[in-house]
Amino acid sequence: MIDIRRVFTQVEHIHHEFGPRAATPLVRGAIGAVLTNPFAGRYEADILPMMTLLDPVGVDMAHRLRAAMDVPVERIATYGKGAIVGAAGEQEHGALWHVPGGYAMRELLGWKGDRNAYRQGVAEEKSGQPGNALSIVPSTKKVGAPGTTLDVPLTNINASYVRGQFDSIEVRVPGAPAADEIVFILAMSTGYRVHERVGGLRAENIAKWDGLR
Amino acid sequence: MSANIRKLIVQVDETRKEMGQAINPPTRRAVAMAVIENPYAGRYSESLDDLIAIGEELGALLGEKCVKALGIAPGQAQSYGKAAIVGEAGELEHAAAILHPKLGAPLRAAVEKGAALVPSAKKRGTLGTAIDVPLGHKDAAFVRSHFDAIEARVSDAPRANEIVVAVAVTDSGRPLPRIGGLQASEIKGEDGLR
Repeated sequence: MIDIRRVFTQVEHIHHEFGPRAATPLVRGAIGAVLTNPFAGRYEADILPMMTLLDPVGVDMAHRLRAAMDVPVERIATYGKGAIVGAAGEQEHGALWHVPGGYAMRELLGWKGDRNAYRQGVAEEKSGQPGNALSIVPSTKKVGAPGTTLDVPLTNINASYVRGQFDSIEVRVPGAPAADEIVFILAMSTGYRVHERVGGLRAENIAKWDGLR
Repeated sequence: MSANIRKLIVQVDETRKEMGQAINPPTRRAVAMAVIENPYAGRYSESLDDLIAIGEELGALLGEKCVKALGIAPGQAQSYGKAAIVGEAGELEHAAAILHPKLGAPLRAAVEKGAALVPSAKKRGTLGTAIDVPLGHKDAAFVRSHFDAIEARVSDAPRANEIVVAVAVTDSGRPLPRIGGLQASEIKGEDGLR
């Protein structure tokens, strides 16, 4: 069921945006795996078996993305994920990525929770800082033609409300997805927008460790 | 003068399967892009020396970025190409100044040898304009399996006073070459053609 045709990685170093040059550039990266959509061209009621099979795909992609960004895990401050489903598929096929994509990055970044509980939709009580990557992984998905762009949202890995780190990265794989393909995407960055100055919660002031603030 | 670089972007495109056929080892193509300020934007300048110097700087920087992203030794590079997209306040000759006089030598150093011409493309464009960077074998331009192209595109560039400069390097030809012609295994690599 898992058939990876292409892997596309992209890493950006942003030095300035017409303001002062950053001492350390913002690093943003994304990885897209182009897979055959096993459900293309028909309505399949039970698509859940694919979700579990995507777990190792997500883990491999998260590690590849971190390596391509060439920064230590400790510097990864935001994450996001997405999917672009080819024309013979449906948006719900892209939704299969929520659990395997999100938890692959969360585990890479130091999350200590129970993936199986999340898969079943069970939340956990959080207090103090049980680990890293406490925030929900923001996402977008759509059905599109080859070369369709997807703006993948990025937010802080521990507190979604860190305003200076609200960002997004545009991902586009030339030539994909074909009608019977899906592009599954992971994205991460080293944090603050290069000229962030609209205030709000700072990462160093995260206090609740509830994934939000 | 050195380039005022706003962004650097490196992409790697790895093909493991094409038309149901496994590609082993996968074909891998890298493209590195720099978004720079155009020092001649909005005016006619007879001399384009600053852009010529920037071309030399970027040939090394972008060539090395590609090789590093592919994770290969320089001598394992097989094909290359270059391109530039000039923002609206610039002219096509600005792209030529970056690409043609001095970019090639440091790029060839980054990929070892490089007897063949570095194929190129240029155009004027705006934010998100895509350019197809032509690819050809680095030591023998007639190697038919390595005629290819890879898209370069930056979502927020070039602004009117910017230029997007792209260099592409691969460690392979097309995924399933089968249209004959000169084979990579047959080249002499002396005249840059065969």
